[in-house]
Amino acid sequence: MTDTNMDQLWPLFWDAAWETLYIVAITLTLGGLLGLVLGLGLYVTRGGGLYASRPVNLVLNVLVNFFRPIPFVIFIAAVQPFARLVVGTGIGNPAIIFALTLAAAFGISRIVEQNLVTVDPGVIEAARSVGASRARIVRTVVLPEALGPLVLGYTFAFVALVDMTAVAGVIGGGGLGNFALQYGFRQFDTVVTWTAVIAIVVLVQVVQLAGNTAARRILRR
Amino acid sequence: MPLVELTDVHKTFPAARGRTPVEAIRGVDLAVEAGEIVGIVGYSGAGKSTLVRLINALETTTSGSVRVGGREITGLKERELREVRLGIGMVFQQFNLFRSRTVWGNIAYPLEVARVPKAEQNQRISDLLHFVGLADKAHSHVEELSGGQKQRVGIARALATNPQLLLADESTSALDPETTQEVLALLRRVNSELGITIVVITHEMDVVRSLAHRVVVMEAGRIVEEGPVVRVLSDPQQPVTRRFVATIVDDEPDAEALAALHARHAGRFVKLAFRGDDVRQSDVFALLLEHGVRFELVFGGIEEVQGETFGNLTLSLDGDPAAVDAALDAVRALVPAKELPR
Repeated sequence: MTDTNMDQLWPLFWDAAWETLYIVAITLTLGGLLGLVLGLGLYVTRGGGLYASRPVNLVLNVLVNFFRPIPFVIFIAAVQPFARLVVGTGIGNPAIIFALTLAAAFGISRIVEQNLVTVDPGVIEAARSVGASRARIVRTVVLPEALGPLVLGYTFAFVALVDMTAVAGVIGGGGLGNFALQYGFRQFDTVVTWTAVIAIVVLVQVVQLAGNTAARRILRR
Repeated sequence: MPLVELTDVHKTFPAARGRTPVEAIRGVDLAVEAGEIVGIVGYSGAGKSTLVRLINALETTTSGSVRVGGREITGLKERELREVRLGIGMVFQQFNLFRSRTVWGNIAYPLEVARVPKAEQNQRISDLLHFVGLADKAHSHVEELSGGQKQRVGIARALATNPQLLLADESTSALDPETTQEVLALLRRVNSELGITIVVITHEMDVVRSLAHRVVVMEAGRIVEEGPVVRVLSDPQQPVTRRFVATIVDDEPDAEALAALHARHAGRFVKLAFRGDDVRQSDVFALLLEHGVRFELVFGGIEEVQGETFGNLTLSLDGDPAAVDAALDAVRALVPAKELPR
């Protein structure tokens, strides 16, 4: 603990913290939207669902189950060719954001689906009984009724994304994880490592607290 | 023209994996006249819930015809069905209120679907809240309400778009007896003050007795008996109907009760069936006394249903055997009498 370069690394630390924040913010927004669409698709095509369709449900399930279990560090390598096509580069933060967005979408789709199935089918029937269209029911009943758990689900996804950004360094991406590995772990500088760890813990705590508060407000309990 | 008319309706649910298809409705003919309250009774699985869901097209028929307000609704497109549903209110056992909305928001929902202008919506919601007696709860959230209040919101929501027909699916089954009476009174007002036709599904004969004009008994996907409530309660024909009626009207003691009564009373047991007001009990009792027969009421009761009186009284008759026989002959001229042998 005696030899540390932390005092000289503060500018780099703040850059890394900022990188983590914006990588996670962008991927949570894009991946969150994609995941919401996928999750809604999984939910409404289930048996007895609003748009029940076995073939569509099967395809979506296979798709999600195919990509979701791939460990993220391998996923990054696997989608690198697509990253070059879509964002123009296979390395750095743009490539990480691309890979992370995809991985997040598949993960979040399951979170969304799990929360939507908890919506009481009775309220959906009530909405149908007054002549609401299926699209309206999704918009005005299913999503609002599941909003509390969805907020908690997205908070969970945020924490998972912070975790996943840690391996961004393998393709030259930045962030607190990379900072800890590069300047802490590899330089045997425990102070640097722990500074990054504490920053991540604080970030996660703040977001979790905000998510819990929002969910409690929505659920009124 | 009936408001609702079902002709030879069948509904079969396709087989779930590894199961046989379920024939929920097997050839039902039913007509509901405008302005009446029809009670549909039956045990769970009899097809009652499916039947009402065919009326507002939440389920589609397998075959047969469903007409609502003279319009054939089988084969309509989804968009046309949504219009039909707007004109039919539905109330649910578990209320099915939107937890994400306030009381006001729940009642507003059908009006939003119907694209009613905002000002008109506000007036309508306010009127409905007063009608169901919840004006002070307008901005409460659903979980702050009692069961009875939730159902009143459910009824207000179902009435929002001024439907001609209200379907009530076990609307009081989740409520305690007192709250049940409150909700039934509200449904009666919906019918009498607003002129709305009501089809109520229930397994509680009390609900039928205090609310319905006409009762339809279902068993295994078919209608097995129907008629005016007083007729069905006083003179049930089918075994399933008798079982339902027995839950609220004493008929005659069952074997166990009979044995216990016989152990306490030495006389001959006779069940008298009083129907309507044309035969007075006092006349019957006077006849028995004229013949020197002493009697005791051991079982039964008198029912008052929608202004008509009926009842089944089991008497224990004591006296000279010849006198009892003569008295029974005389009584039989007035009311049906059935001897319950020892």
